[in-house]
Amino acid sequence: MDAQTLTYLFVFLSFSLYIGIAIWSKASSTGEFYVAGGDVHPIANGMATAADWMSAASFISMAGIIAFMGYDGTVYLMGWTGGYVILALLLAPYLRKFGEFTVPDFIGTRYYSTTARVVAVVCLIIISFTYIAGQMRGVGIVFSQFLDIPITWGVVVGMAIVFMYAVLGGMKGITYTQVAQYCVLIFAYLVPAFFISMLITGIPIPQIGLGAQVVDGSGLSVLEKLDQTIVDLGFTPYTDGSKSTIDVFAITMALMIGTAGLPHVIVRFFTVPSVADARRSAGYALLFIALLYTTAPAVGAFARLNFVETVHNTQYSDVADWFKSWEDIGLIGWADKNQDGKIQYHPGSAFQGKPTFSEQRNEDGSRSVNNQLTDNANEVYVDRDIMVLANPEIAALPAWVIALVAAGGLAAALSTAAGLLLVISTSVSHDLYAKTFNKGRPISDRSELLLARISATVAILIAGYFGINNFAFVAQVVALAFGLAAASLFPAILLGIFDLRMNREGAISGMLVGLSFTLTYIAYFVFVAPEQNHAEHWWFGISPQGIGMIGALLNLITAFFISRSTRDIPEEVRKLVNHIRVP
Amino acid sequence: MEEHKRNAYWKANIKLMLGLLSIWFLVSFGFGILFVDSLNQIQFFGFKFGFWWAQQGSIYVFVALIFIYSAAMKKIDKQYQNSDEEQE
Repeated sequence: MDAQTLTYLFVFLSFSLYIGIAIWSKASSTGEFYVAGGDVHPIANGMATAADWMSAASFISMAGIIAFMGYDGTVYLMGWTGGYVILALLLAPYLRKFGEFTVPDFIGTRYYSTTARVVAVVCLIIISFTYIAGQMRGVGIVFSQFLDIPITWGVVVGMAIVFMYAVLGGMKGITYTQVAQYCVLIFAYLVPAFFISMLITGIPIPQIGLGAQVVDGSGLSVLEKLDQTIVDLGFTPYTDGSKSTIDVFAITMALMIGTAGLPHVIVRFFTVPSVADARRSAGYALLFIALLYTTAPAVGAFARLNFVETVHNTQYSDVADWFKSWEDIGLIGWADKNQDGKIQYHPGSAFQGKPTFSEQRNEDGSRSVNNQLTDNANEVYVDRDIMVLANPEIAALPAWVIALVAAGGLAAALSTAAGLLLVISTSVSHDLYAKTFNKGRPISDRSELLLARISATVAILIAGYFGINNFAFVAQVVALAFGLAAASLFPAILLGIFDLRMNREGAISGMLVGLSFTLTYIAYFVFVAPEQNHAEHWWFGISPQGIGMIGALLNLITAFFISRSTRDIPEEVRKLVNHIRVP
Repeated sequence: MEEHKRNAYWKANIKLMLGLLSIWFLVSFGFGILFVDSLNQIQFFGFKFGFWWAQQGSIYVFVALIFIYSAAMKKIDKQYQNSDEEQE
């Protein structure tokens, strides 16, 4: 069977599995819909958390980003794993002990204030929608590239699948589909990585292969060879960064505390039976995540090495087929600036913007690029996202591996989308309707459940709209999700647990200061004055991606001083805090 | 739990947590970012040592830290809950 047929088969099989699980695990109460009844095994929850967390960005984009950023890619590797240490030690056990359904639940109750709850809901919705739009786009990309159907239909199919298990099954359905999706995605990620590591170094384990000698007889290790090769082409060494130390520090910190403050991750720890399970489950979650995250830098380095060796100074007519097939889709572009018929790869952009092509091809069969050329020596444009997807082709792996990668990419995108949809719908039906508009007056479990399903449906439709329209700003605002979580929710939860004196006034003003500062800083550099988005204009040399760290600090400082000059917390809240501190 | 015991339990928890968080900070922000250039002078199984900490080592330590915390807290929980039961 060819790769196309196999891909259809794999995707069909994995989707049937997800739907089967959805039917089996239909939620029948709000407890099951919101937190899967609270009896998920810690290992299963660890897998579900890993799938929930690892999105299309982790699966498809991250290795490619590392391939082209080298050491600077560290911010994502440490930032998106180190957050789990904070989550496990500072938040998860106490939130589990608190034992309600949502993050705004905790903030609203701990700060005895509906305003605090609503501020938390607003933060949660902004964070989750920013994030989900990217997932739906990931679904669309995989569908259109591997199954050759329009992005719109790809997104519609993805929405239908998520609808099935998120709306029917709620948290219970999502949890068990995510366990299945984790297995699919990790297998799909590791198999090509083993093959490629074997090809380049003779050692199948990528984590070791990354430090091993290349089998070409040069006696150099992979990283030494990579440094040497790209320095010859004029790049900075792979193992050195080009970002400033303070920026690397700030971005890593913002991503870490942002991760710990992401509602769809936190809520997963409401689903295990006990506080001890919440701690253990965080360990399993990170273990399962680390499997992919320690493989990614190896995949990135191998891909970069392969790319340079295949492409640089190669006659176009002799270049590998994958180069041409990705050029056909427009994710690779080549402009033969020096007219020698060979592809030259150097630092800098080959031309302005993304490639646009004219109808007619050049004599050698390459696509002719219309863009304004730059005057550097680089002739190649390459979209970073193709590295993981093209890897099986680059390494000439069998067709079933290519099909597997497609199924894995979809699993990663769908699992994250479903988790996000759930926290959005929960916060609308539970926090906004049941607790705020209805002022906690009893409404029947059945009508709240119905409302949760309706809000999940609406959220899916909005997410699909974002996915189909593929707004360019989506990619630019992903930093926003982490920055906002870091600057708003994380400090409020942290102080709620560890500072007995922290009161309503302090927490709300802290959240508002952190939120507005971070929003303004990012909006200024991304939308208002993008031409100023360079290190010399940044405060303290910190990029918009890392500004969440400063936002979080401002939040903490504001909350501290305001709380110390206003009334102490009521006695029952003091009791609540003492209660959640002990398992 | 009585107040003095609860305070002792909380203190033990905080002490453990701060200890583990300093390791967390040292391996990631320390080895992986602040001291990366000096550590890169050392070779480690074909890696520059600082680079290894940044892209591999720190992640392994993160996983270990959570399991250590979970196991140590289980012990502390037991210690305090056990003494609770004895009183009853």
